[in-house]
Amino acid sequence: MADASYPDGLLYHPEHDWARVEGDVATFGITWYAQDSLGEVVFFEPPEVGTQTKQGEPYAEVESVKAVSDVIAPLSGEIVEVNAGLGDKPEVINEDPYGEGWMVKVKLSDAGEADGLLDQAAYTATLS
Amino acid sequence: MSEALTTGASPLQREQAVTVFEKGAPGRRAFACPELDVPEADPAALLPAGLRRSEPARLPEISEPELVRHYVRLSKRNFDLDSGFYPLGSCTMKHNPRLHERVAALPGHARLHPLQDPDRAQGALELMWRLERSLSEIAGLPHVSLQPSAGSHGELAGVLLTRAYHEDRGETRHKVLTPDTAHGTNPATVTMAGYEVVKVGTNADGGVDIDDLRAKADEDVACLMLTNPNTLGIFDQNIEEIARIVHGVGATLYYDGANLNAVMGRSRPGDMGFDIVHFNLHKSFTQPHGGGGPGSGPIAVSDRMEPYLMKPVIRRVQGSNGHAPRFELDHDRPKSIGRLRGFQGNYGTFVRAYAYIRSLGAEGLQDASETAVLNANYLLARLRALVGAELPAAFGTLCMHEFVLSGAPMKKELGIRTLDLAKRLLDHGFHPPTVYFPLLVDEAMLIEPTETETKETLDAFAEAVAAIVAEAREDPAIARNAPYTTPVRRLDEAGAAKRPVIRQPL
Amino acid sequence: MSTYTATTPQDLETMLAEIGVASIDELFAALPEGVRLGRPLDLPAGLPEQDVYAHLRELAERNVSAEDELTFLGAGMYDHYVPALIDMLMSRSEFLTPYTPYQPEISQGGLQVMFEYQTAISELTALPVSNASVYEGPSAVASAAYLAKLANGRRKVVVSRGVHPHSRETLLTYAHGYGAEVVEVGLKDGVTDAEAWAAAIDDDTGAVIFQQPNFLGAVEDAAALAEAAKGSSAVVVGAYDPIPLGILRPPGECGVDVAVGEGQPLGNRLDFGGPSFGFFAATEAYLRRMPGRIAGETTDVDGRRGFVLTLQTREQHIRREKATSNICTAQALNALAGVVYLAWLGRRGLVELGELLLQRTHYARERLTALDGVEALHDQPVVREFALSLDADVRRVIERCQDHGVNPGYALGDDYPEHPGGLLVALTEQRSRADIDRLADVLGAAVAAERTTAQVTA
Repeated sequence: MADASYPDGLLYHPEHDWARVEGDVATFGITWYAQDSLGEVVFFEPPEVGTQTKQGEPYAEVESVKAVSDVIAPLSGEIVEVNAGLGDKPEVINEDPYGEGWMVKVKLSDAGEADGLLDQAAYTATLS
Repeated sequence: MSEALTTGASPLQREQAVTVFEKGAPGRRAFACPELDVPEADPAALLPAGLRRSEPARLPEISEPELVRHYVRLSKRNFDLDSGFYPLGSCTMKHNPRLHERVAALPGHARLHPLQDPDRAQGALELMWRLERSLSEIAGLPHVSLQPSAGSHGELAGVLLTRAYHEDRGETRHKVLTPDTAHGTNPATVTMAGYEVVKVGTNADGGVDIDDLRAKADEDVACLMLTNPNTLGIFDQNIEEIARIVHGVGATLYYDGANLNAVMGRSRPGDMGFDIVHFNLHKSFTQPHGGGGPGSGPIAVSDRMEPYLMKPVIRRVQGSNGHAPRFELDHDRPKSIGRLRGFQGNYGTFVRAYAYIRSLGAEGLQDASETAVLNANYLLARLRALVGAELPAAFGTLCMHEFVLSGAPMKKELGIRTLDLAKRLLDHGFHPPTVYFPLLVDEAMLIEPTETETKETLDAFAEAVAAIVAEAREDPAIARNAPYTTPVRRLDEAGAAKRPVIRQPL
Repeated sequence: MSTYTATTPQDLETMLAEIGVASIDELFAALPEGVRLGRPLDLPAGLPEQDVYAHLRELAERNVSAEDELTFLGAGMYDHYVPALIDMLMSRSEFLTPYTPYQPEISQGGLQVMFEYQTAISELTALPVSNASVYEGPSAVASAAYLAKLANGRRKVVVSRGVHPHSRETLLTYAHGYGAEVVEVGLKDGVTDAEAWAAAIDDDTGAVIFQQPNFLGAVEDAAALAEAAKGSSAVVVGAYDPIPLGILRPPGECGVDVAVGEGQPLGNRLDFGGPSFGFFAATEAYLRRMPGRIAGETTDVDGRRGFVLTLQTREQHIRREKATSNICTAQALNALAGVVYLAWLGRRGLVELGELLLQRTHYARERLTALDGVEALHDQPVVREFALSLDADVRRVIERCQDHGVNPGYALGDDYPEHPGGLLVALTEQRSRADIDRLADVLGAAVAAERTTAQVTA
């Protein structure tokens, strides 16, 4: 399992989710803290491409052996791609939460929402 | 001691698990089919090819001696109540008297068809009626249905009765309150019965947070589901006030009877104000649990809930002219919620529970609860004396029939989790307590010794816990890697969940 | 002190001192005055073991069991022979007395039995996913409909009138709670009316449910019933009798999504209706929507093969209000009897048993319908049970037969008012040709006598 890390340049939601915004598309995932609290991830229930995400609302579920957790959307939009690789290898959510462990890509519907998210410093401050 | 408990593979460990599907050989058999004694008709004419199975199910081909040995050897890979202490909180693992197995196996009970004419099943119906009356007295509620198959099934019955009650009064309500300490079956049941779950908080004493309850109890609440004593082993002293609040908004009060073993003969849910109670016959009334069932979950209800009870109900009809009373099954119940299952319920469990109640009587049942509470408090006191600060009680100094310890200080100070302690207990020959429940307590361990354990057993268990904690002060890795002596060691549960193999590939 | 507790006065003194209280009463001090019982329970005094035994035996003797009469009662539970090795294994304390296997390291026996059971049910049903058992048959039917509700959110359940009346009643009870509408499709010539069935299935339909063989003993065209639902999003549910599955086309090959059923015929005794077990199997698509416990294979830290409860995030103790079901207790001990029974019958035995019952059922139907005043209620294929129509008062005919030590079957009139003369007759391998011949003699005489009485009264 990877060491604790919170990359700079990502936007963070206080429910331990991150977004990497590139133009009008953002990639979502869960933070190191979230995967660590959950323990070894055994199943990721992906949403369908085309469904809408709403900031602060769950869009997927992630499961460890003895817990289920909602995955919260940091931003609103329409899901344009899901990480199909997580079906066979959900453990990459633990191993590489900001890389291979990404969950969905979303075409953003409200660019202004990003202002409400935290930067790396502000997010890590909530963890201590 | 710890060395002896950590080294060497035992004979059971050297034996690799082989399933019955991997045993036997083509052509072997245990079953001799009766000969065809009627004139043979063309099978294809009796059952056309389109309806027929083309390939036989790939069941084992195995002789009787192999079959017996396979399952007897498998049985030895189980820990069981008959061979050791089983303080599994909220499960009431009390001794299962063998008398119960003997009487349940009498052909008049065991080979009685459920659709036998009631006139020809009078012994069974009388037994059920008498069990109903006994449970009614124990619960302090006048009416009983034995039908539900387990506690969670009784919960479903109770919430559906609640729905029927409100609907009959022309009311539509949407919410059911459950404390945050509740068994998972409570919220799951609420959803199945079409209601929305609203959680009520817990106060510092481990009881229902009355202010939170007041704030959430309104005319849209159909029911409050409560366990008392609750899953923390705490008797809620505000129960009368809770009942007033719940009844004040017209809701029903539901008693999850999982913890009834704490109060039999001392207090009755009906007298506390509950409208509906479910019993776990496999807990309080010592039905053997079979490694995960069967259970049995009869319910008792107040007068206002009676019209909605499941059908059929048993009626005792007074005999005339000196004839003995008769027992009937009454299906004519227009307001009933209907059926929750086939036939009359898990009758075999009724025979055992009834035998238990007749063996103990009023005094014995009260003694059972009192001794259960005594044993729990004694074990709590012993653990406090022997282990101390690393494993404190989560609430209070006294408990009812079970108590919760928090392994959080142990985790912080010694670096072993509740799970590690539980696994190390296996090497000491004990079944661990319930762990990580209730959810409210960090690193929780819920311990229920029951009344049928001797003081010597309780002492030995406390000493084993103390020994494990002492060992962890020296070397926490021992517990972290436990168990060592069991047929298998820690299993890869994540692997099992990621790539499920749930049947033998054939 | 009862014989099941062990606290001596000396123990009590030591224990109270250790706790730091003076009496047991102090331990109950938390109970408010208003909720204390303050009197002994009004129950009879306890009895010694031998007296309890005598009392329970006396009650047993007032029942007429399958040992006391020649019975052809079935209608959901069947008097199959239970092999002696099952009694022996079920009474072993290692299987009888543990709780649910929460600690897999010391529960490998029970967990492996669950795994073997799941394998056997998958084989029987030709469906890849089986849980470790549910309560019993009718509630399994209702649970299958709940699975469908959670899977596709549709509100309508279409159910054949050929499904066991108890299953239909249980379905109605459950469905009223979670808000589904149940639509019943009638029978035609003894089987589900195919046209009405197809017409009842629409966009709103979440589940369709039939029974195989149906309650009147008729073998349904399961593949056709499933096919009718294929254009819709409905989950196809079949409620199966497991014994005829030795010779009947299995649900997995008929387009059935979820197969459930009463497991009692598989090595469980009648027990006046329970405990038995329900089986619950499905296609891969419903793996994560299954109710109840599931055992899975894995390895331990040393690489040994082992078994655990798996996919637990479906269940109530984790997912709570979002769980796939509220079920907690399975029927592990009864399911053990089920898998041992299937292994005892074996690959060929299950087929042989099915063929034997097919022949004897045919013989019995021929024999009985040859009697005056007795006709077949339908002419569909039957494999272990069949329905007759009597030209006489069925209840009184049954009573007359019982006077001669024969229980001829189940009167259909209460459940099927359209068949007031209906009688359902069931066979097991314990009913030989001689038994069938005796039934024919007794039933023939009873029907004749009843018709004579009726004529005289008229």
